[in-house]
Amino acid sequence: MALPLERAHEGAEAVAEPVREGSPWTGLWAVVTKEMADHLTSARMHILELLILLTALGTVYAAAQNIRTTIGQDPFIFLKLFTTAREPLPAFVGFLAFLVPLIAIALGFDAVNGEFNRRTMSRVLAQPIYRDALLFGKFLAALFTLALVLTAIWLLTVGLGIVQLGLPPNGEEVARGLIFLVATVFYGGIWLAVAMVFSILFRSPATAALASIAVWLFFTVFWSIIAGVLAPILRPVRFGFPEEELAQLQLEFFLLRLSPNTLYAEATLALLRPTVRALGFVLPTQLQGAILGTPLPLRQSLLLIWPQLTGLVAATILLFALGYVLFQRQEIRA
Amino acid sequence: MSALVIETRKLTKRYGDVTAVDNLTLRVREGEVFGLLGPNGSGKTTTILMLLGLTEPTSGTVRVLGLDPARRPLSVKARVGYLPDQVGFYDELTARENLIYIAKLNGLPRDEAYRRIDEALEQMGLADVADHRVATFSRGMRQRLGVAEVMIKRPRLIIMDEPTQGLDPQGAREFLEIIRHLKEQGITILLSSHLLHQVQAVCDRVGLFRKGRMVLEGTVAELARKVLGGGYRIRVEAQGPDGAIEGALKALDAVTRVTRTAKHQYELEAARDLRPQVAKAVVEAGGRLFSLDVEEPSLDEVYSRYFQEVDHGAAA
Repeated sequence: MALPLERAHEGAEAVAEPVREGSPWTGLWAVVTKEMADHLTSARMHILELLILLTALGTVYAAAQNIRTTIGQDPFIFLKLFTTAREPLPAFVGFLAFLVPLIAIALGFDAVNGEFNRRTMSRVLAQPIYRDALLFGKFLAALFTLALVLTAIWLLTVGLGIVQLGLPPNGEEVARGLIFLVATVFYGGIWLAVAMVFSILFRSPATAALASIAVWLFFTVFWSIIAGVLAPILRPVRFGFPEEELAQLQLEFFLLRLSPNTLYAEATLALLRPTVRALGFVLPTQLQGAILGTPLPLRQSLLLIWPQLTGLVAATILLFALGYVLFQRQEIRA
Repeated sequence: MSALVIETRKLTKRYGDVTAVDNLTLRVREGEVFGLLGPNGSGKTTTILMLLGLTEPTSGTVRVLGLDPARRPLSVKARVGYLPDQVGFYDELTARENLIYIAKLNGLPRDEAYRRIDEALEQMGLADVADHRVATFSRGMRQRLGVAEVMIKRPRLIIMDEPTQGLDPQGAREFLEIIRHLKEQGITILLSSHLLHQVQAVCDRVGLFRKGRMVLEGTVAELARKVLGGGYRIRVEAQGPDGAIEGALKALDAVTRVTRTAKHQYELEAARDLRPQVAKAVVEAGGRLFSLDVEEPSLDEVYSRYFQEVDHGAAA
């Protein structure tokens, strides 16, 4: 007789109490501030800051030297600071596309396994917080750090540009530059989330770092080759119809755009070169009536790269969600 | 009877096919020091993680301070201090910074947090090194910092997992002193260990774990009675007619076993301290008594005897 009574009692309790008490974000800001302080004082971060600062100064200086000769011919002279390359240096955006993933990986590859290795994980989780707060706090802290560093460099390059070119940026240039900054932060966010997923999967930080860099190399170097090989296999041109060739090209572009590098490159291209009015493959009929070489207004440029921008944000969120699920299921004992 | 601080009923945890904790019923009363004993992998740490809500039980119920750790983890974790085995800190931060982080996670107001941190560091004798980086700390200092961290919460229950492992004898003694001090403050303590004489020194009651089950529970004296059939071990050195002494000793009341360890030496196991009776028996059997020694029951012996017997039983 005791058992049914006990069951009934437990059942009543389950109804009365919520599934879990409190907010999953309890303690979130404590984690964010602590992690950000860690990032900003770590030697690893200083090295990367120095690296990115040097490239920013170098490329912008070189670009400015180049641009000076053409001042007055282009209404968006300022944006050229970011995109103009002078041999042997690539342009500022080229450097960012290369360096931002590295910084993001450096910020994230030991986020979770580092806590296990220092044996601080169980101690921190024994505090009245949920795991959610720890993981999200670490992610936010790294993203804020990234945003902070990138904003500083952005301001620095703009300042240097003003000095070098001797004219201020106009309103639209500032707006385009700021959106470019946001896109860059989320591009970093993707690689940050990748690094954090690996830091949850692998107990050794070195393995997690290597795995993240392997993924990055795969998308940077090999993906375009693979897309070029895969497209003809999946959509072969059998009879030489234009439709077939079009289908093949479209597939290739689709495959390429699975890579965050492509998304970022296209987004920055349209943002920083207002004259770009189409990305990917364009039929001559689609360009009918267009005045080539004239810049698009900002809204039209944004419309053009809206899929790329949402893609960058969505990939960041999806990868973080993956890490989140993995982390929630992980056993705390080492 | 004082209130129950920990109460588990039919608590079970399975990892796939492996049953880490099997139908555990554990009751710890307010103000007592309870020791979880057992070999590695016997389910002690898993039990502790379930008490803290860090691992979900497969079945059964847990109540810690009357709360269910799976449903109300924040309330439980705010009231319970946990000192994991080989406690780790952020090496690049100072002792104080480490504690500030924990205080923030506990949502303590700044002034209150700083006051408690100073107090805890003072109590643990770490006030002088409060602003040194933890990287420079010895094992014993880290362990004390771990206790300081737990103290910030002003917990009613502290759970310690292998707290004296890896400490030198001096450090371990000091640590046991800390545990006694905490007990005096009315804090209930649950600790797990396989260092038995230390457990014996501080624990009011112990529970012996084997393969996820708590096979024995009680005070050390109770366990000794159960496992050793008394636990008093009496050593006798006597000369006399062959066989007569051994016979006389075996005939004594409350003697469970007599072994002859050397020509003139005997070892008795008895439920009570039988020294006067032994002396009388030896003399009456015509022997000459050289020495008589008694050894109180030790947890070490209970432990090794128990596992010996169980393993023999399993092998047979």
